[in-house]
Amino acid sequence: MSEIAEKVKAIIIDKLGVEASEVTPEASFTNDLGADSLDTVELIMEFEKEFNVSIPDDQAENIGTVGQAISYLEEHAK
Amino acid sequence: MSLRRVVVTGLGALTPVGKTAPAYWEGLVAGRSGAAPITRFDAGKFKTRFACEVKDYNPDDYFDRKEGRKMDIFTQFGLIAANEAIADARLIEDDVDKDRVGVIWGSGIGGLTSLQAECIAFANGDGTPRFNPFFIPKMIADSSSGNISIRHKFRGPNFVTTSACASSSDSIISAFNYIRLNMADVIVTGGSEAAITESGVGGFNALKAMSERNDAPEQASRPYDKERDGFVLGEGAASLVLEEYEHAKARGAKIYAELIGGGMSADAYHITAPDPEGNGVVLVMQNALRDAGIKPEDVDYINTHGTSTPLGDGAEVKAIQKVFGEHAYGLNISSTKSMTGHLLGAAGAIEAVACILAMQHDMVPPTINHFTDDPELDPKLNFTFNKAQKREVNIAMSNTFGFGGHNTSVIFRKISE
Repeated sequence: MSEIAEKVKAIIIDKLGVEASEVTPEASFTNDLGADSLDTVELIMEFEKEFNVSIPDDQAENIGTVGQAISYLEEHAK
Repeated sequence: MSLRRVVVTGLGALTPVGKTAPAYWEGLVAGRSGAAPITRFDAGKFKTRFACEVKDYNPDDYFDRKEGRKMDIFTQFGLIAANEAIADARLIEDDVDKDRVGVIWGSGIGGLTSLQAECIAFANGDGTPRFNPFFIPKMIADSSSGNISIRHKFRGPNFVTTSACASSSDSIISAFNYIRLNMADVIVTGGSEAAITESGVGGFNALKAMSERNDAPEQASRPYDKERDGFVLGEGAASLVLEEYEHAKARGAKIYAELIGGGMSADAYHITAPDPEGNGVVLVMQNALRDAGIKPEDVDYINTHGTSTPLGDGAEVKAIQKVFGEHAYGLNISSTKSMTGHLLGAAGAIEAVACILAMQHDMVPPTINHFTDDPELDPKLNFTFNKAQKREVNIAMSNTFGFGGHNTSVIFRKISE
């Protein structure tokens, strides 16, 4: 797994209080990992801070799973 | 329309001298001080370096991590005390109609820890606003009543009263009124506060309101002592389940006491200083006595506001003498803030719990740390100095006053048919 993927998983485990085994690429933040709308906003914000990127709202809407977050950040992280 | 009777059917407390209602009472009767050096932050440069913290508090003992980090510490305190009171009243086991259960809470300040942390983080950044989405819902004072209702699905009236150090007495009176007026059958009320932060301690120090007796923290809160030099900041929460009398009887609830009256007034004098003549305080006690339909001589015990400030203590005593006349000498008076410190918006709730337990045990908790008589105070008054006193307590009054000049007084009576 890439370093970015490791960091993304760690943020999700920390913020959503879930087990590492649950954080699979297909896992949806809201449907599988128990996130509500505010949790999702917080996750995006943490990704922005950690990877020093700015994720526009229209693109943030498309980040709904662990895998989507990883690929977005692998593409955009500085 | 006749007003309905309101009784107390559940108690909870998380305080600097005990982390449940029974432990709190044990601490009060033992005359235990909750004051100690501040552990929550490095207070090395502060004028006051001690406070009454809830001892060894770890949110993980009460909440899972995800739940805990979405609540400011003042809301965590509130939920812990409310949960204890709700369990004590058996509201869930008895399947009480949740549409008729409200939550009316009190907090003078709200989530100061969260506000401070977010402002510091922003100030340390490069100007990019990265405010946490949980910041506002953690900070706002009403997140306490909101979280309590969400946890238990109580769908009745829900709000928070804010009147500084009178906040949770005002929440108790609001709950009393809503039940009296048949707008709810049960209300979980109380208050919580957690302001032992850099901004809280620094702010109160700037007001010159707090004791600076750093060499003897346990002796710093000394209401009515000649050498008193200000209040000691406390933190924590307490909760009371208030319930309509027939509703409580019908489900066979344990009834601690009846809430018989509440009074409110304003000093209309100064934003932080008390009226030295105590006129607003006279008025609030008169209002409470009238609402309760009792005479001054019916009162056995007054749990005073008594914060250990040079001005406030004297003004309240003067007011008690005006209202109670000769009977002032027959009263037990005590300030449990000598032990708990001043819990600001939670003071009314923890002191109401003290009054109720004083009636249950026929025991008056003391005003500790009395060393030197204040010549300005009438020596014939019984301030219950230093040791708890056994006494039949049928009616107890709790006074609280807040910055802004808010005065609130509530009266409880042993339950009678």
